[in-house]
Amino acid sequence: MTVVAPTPPLDPAVADRFLRLVGDGDEYAAVEVINALADSGVPPQRIMLELIGPTQSRVGELWAANEWTVAREHAATATSERALAALAGRFVVRPSRGRITVACVDGEWHALPVRILAEMLRLDGWRVDFLGPSVPGPHLVTHLHQTGPDAVALSCMIATRLPRAHAAITACRSAGVPVIAGGRGFGPGGRYAQLLGADAWAAGAEEAVRRLASAWPPPARDPQVHAYLGNDEYTHVVRHRPDLIAAAMRALAERYPALTRYDDRQMDSTSEDMGHIVDFLASALYVDEPRIFTDFIEWTASVLQARNVPAPALRAGLEMVRAQLRDYPRAADLLRAGLARLEPAG
Amino acid sequence: MSGQSPTLTGDVRVDGPAPALLRAALDAADEAVLLCAAADDTILLVNKAAARLVPGLTPGAPCPLPGLNDATAAGTDTFTDDYAGRRLAGRRRALDAGHYAWYLRDRTEEVNRAAALAAERARASFLAEAGRRLSASLHLGRCLRTTVELAVAHLADAAVVVLPPENRRSSWIRLSGGSPAAEGSLPQSRLAEVPGLVEVLSGFPPIPSRWLDAAQAPAWLGLDRIGGLLVTPLPGNAAPAGALILARRDGGFRPDDEMLARIFAARAGAAIAAAALYREQVDTTAILQADLLPPELVQPDGVELVGSYQAAHDALRIGGDFYDVFAPSHPGGDTVLALGDVCGTGPEAAVLTGKVRQTLRALHLVDARPTEMLQVLNQALLDSGGRRRFVTLVVGALRRAEHGRVHLTLATGGHPPPLILRGDGTVEEVPVSGTLIGAVPDTVVRPAEVELAPGELCLLFSDGLTEARGGPTGTEQYGEERLRSALATCRGLPTTATVERIRQLVSDWVHGGVRDDIAMLAVRSPVRTALSLRDGGQSSFALNSRRVRQRS
Repeated sequence: MTVVAPTPPLDPAVADRFLRLVGDGDEYAAVEVINALADSGVPPQRIMLELIGPTQSRVGELWAANEWTVAREHAATATSERALAALAGRFVVRPSRGRITVACVDGEWHALPVRILAEMLRLDGWRVDFLGPSVPGPHLVTHLHQTGPDAVALSCMIATRLPRAHAAITACRSAGVPVIAGGRGFGPGGRYAQLLGADAWAAGAEEAVRRLASAWPPPARDPQVHAYLGNDEYTHVVRHRPDLIAAAMRALAERYPALTRYDDRQMDSTSEDMGHIVDFLASALYVDEPRIFTDFIEWTASVLQARNVPAPALRAGLEMVRAQLRDYPRAADLLRAGLARLEPAG
Repeated sequence: MSGQSPTLTGDVRVDGPAPALLRAALDAADEAVLLCAAADDTILLVNKAAARLVPGLTPGAPCPLPGLNDATAAGTDTFTDDYAGRRLAGRRRALDAGHYAWYLRDRTEEVNRAAALAAERARASFLAEAGRRLSASLHLGRCLRTTVELAVAHLADAAVVVLPPENRRSSWIRLSGGSPAAEGSLPQSRLAEVPGLVEVLSGFPPIPSRWLDAAQAPAWLGLDRIGGLLVTPLPGNAAPAGALILARRDGGFRPDDEMLARIFAARAGAAIAAAALYREQVDTTAILQADLLPPELVQPDGVELVGSYQAAHDALRIGGDFYDVFAPSHPGGDTVLALGDVCGTGPEAAVLTGKVRQTLRALHLVDARPTEMLQVLNQALLDSGGRRRFVTLVVGALRRAEHGRVHLTLATGGHPPPLILRGDGTVEEVPVSGTLIGAVPDTVVRPAEVELAPGELCLLFSDGLTEARGGPTGTEQYGEERLRSALATCRGLPTTATVERIRQLVSDWVHGGVRDDIAMLAVRSPVRTALSLRDGGQSSFALNSRRVRQRS
């Protein structure tokens, strides 16, 4: 990869200003900030990795802390994407390496980190096909047969997409194309990536660029070795998702009569939350990794706390789902572990 | 038994005629035996089996087996040796204080069988790997690369695939051990430089390797010296898919190698031919669907236009939904936008969308108003005969109005009415109605006039959006109410972010892949001044409380 000369870190005031501008959806001023940095000789890689990327992380934190609305988060993301595109447009790089397909797994909409990766790879001399957010598996594989890339970089930020990520990884590798995985969804240190059959994992764009620049392609292994995960409990939970949610909602209404006075949107939100509990449970069963579920519970509890939603609401949801899965020991264990995370500290 | 043995042994040793009898017994044995004196290692006796196995063995003479001599010198009790094409193995047994014997065995067959088995296993696993890897990709370039990689890993030091000439040039890909694969093309006239290549590419039977003069092979095969050359056809669809050239630095190709190379080439040829056929069809499809894909939108001054299209079909990106935007046909004219839905999905529906878009484009050129466009289109579809296909669509004529406002004239034919997101966050349905297009001769179209103030947005969408099934039950439709609520949360968002957010919410709703075409087209009058709140100002975003808060 291009050697980026060590230069002093970016001025934190610039980062604060950029955050404010993207939060206001002020595309022109945000692009001006980027252009000024590039004009002063800051390499584009550093602007992406030290300004645009971290700003996006702060946007996510501000949403989680209920300081920014979801609409503002979306506006900020869209503005950052425009700024990134403007930055990328300043540099033309002649392809000197192979061809790579960059995509988010089906159902995954966090595209900015992958856009940064795509631009970093382009600057490093790759010919990049960026397929965008939420790419259905069949579209991805069709693309591979039509373009024959040397690698697929697949991003998954949320663990509920892991079963679909697994299907995509297996399909890419069956089509003879090795896969590098990235994104928080693959767990701490990317520990689920190997389990799902990925040929490599990278913690961030920089590491991915480095990994792809050396020792690629990895030795070809039989893609069927990692082709099957999951078990009967996973199958049961996924197949009975609607029943599990409906029964949990009924039980919740019995315990909390206030629920019957909810309007349609509130009911939608509540059953959506039940859906999340079931989906993370299913994913944890699929990968056989309790942490997927307990991390989700801790994160949700913190998000709810920031919004003054009382913890008993989440607790009740877990209990309602658990009541229906008594005959499924692994699922019951996971729910018990999740409930334990909700115990008041100390 | 054990009690009798010493007695019996003793009897044999002391009996008079014993030496001749012993000799006869030894000569009758199948095992080769050499009796030697322990003192000076001279050979005292060679039985018949030993003389047969090693003709040079004679009592008193030096032993012709170097392996045995080495073992004797080293004092070890076993040896193996290759002698006159045989694999011999021997072990030594002490007989008494002054004598020992070597017992020799011919293990040639055993060794050959083991070698044949190992070779057969290697062949089988090579062909299994070849089958798996070659069948993986439909991409021609990858199939070619896989072919040379497998060939270099298992068959030769260098491998080149040469494709049949196209426009008097042949493409090739080469891999020679150690260096990365190289690709290129060469004029047809130079194919004759490689002995046997022209014949193979012309579909004649391959020439056995032993008749090919490796010395004549050209340098572009990528080896500094070539000891053996093999040119094998890659059989394709009734015509060669190409030729596989294999070269070894040292030694030639035995008939076994040739047979294996031919079996491999048959598999590689099938994969390459299939990939070539697929590429041909992809190229054709790409040309045919180019006009059916969602267009790059024209961006008139003072209006933001963003389209989004998701096709339900797995592999193609085309379907029954469409949108299009036509730039003003003359200065000061209206920009026309259209979004519609042809009944059905997939290529068949897409072809009709192409016709509809073309008709609308032509009508736009003659300055037809939206209402007229729908009426003429209705007539055209009814007159086209054949199978009756219906279309629902929204057509809009758009022009800039005063104070940064955008004026829209909208008309629908049986299509869900567009929604408008107002500046205060309310969502309105545009009051338009009209009958399905292509169904009955008399259409009723009630158009509507709409104005968008800066920051306000009008969303045209297909029913794939509101009819997307999912939610907690997995079967409930997303519905217009949810769409309205979702749109209401997009106040202040850039148009791209609004469209993306709706897409995301619907994708989350269906929870496992959209199964119907979904098209959206958003028109927004841009906010004229930067919203940026410089230090400490008031955000343009309403601090609307999150849904979760409402619930508590």
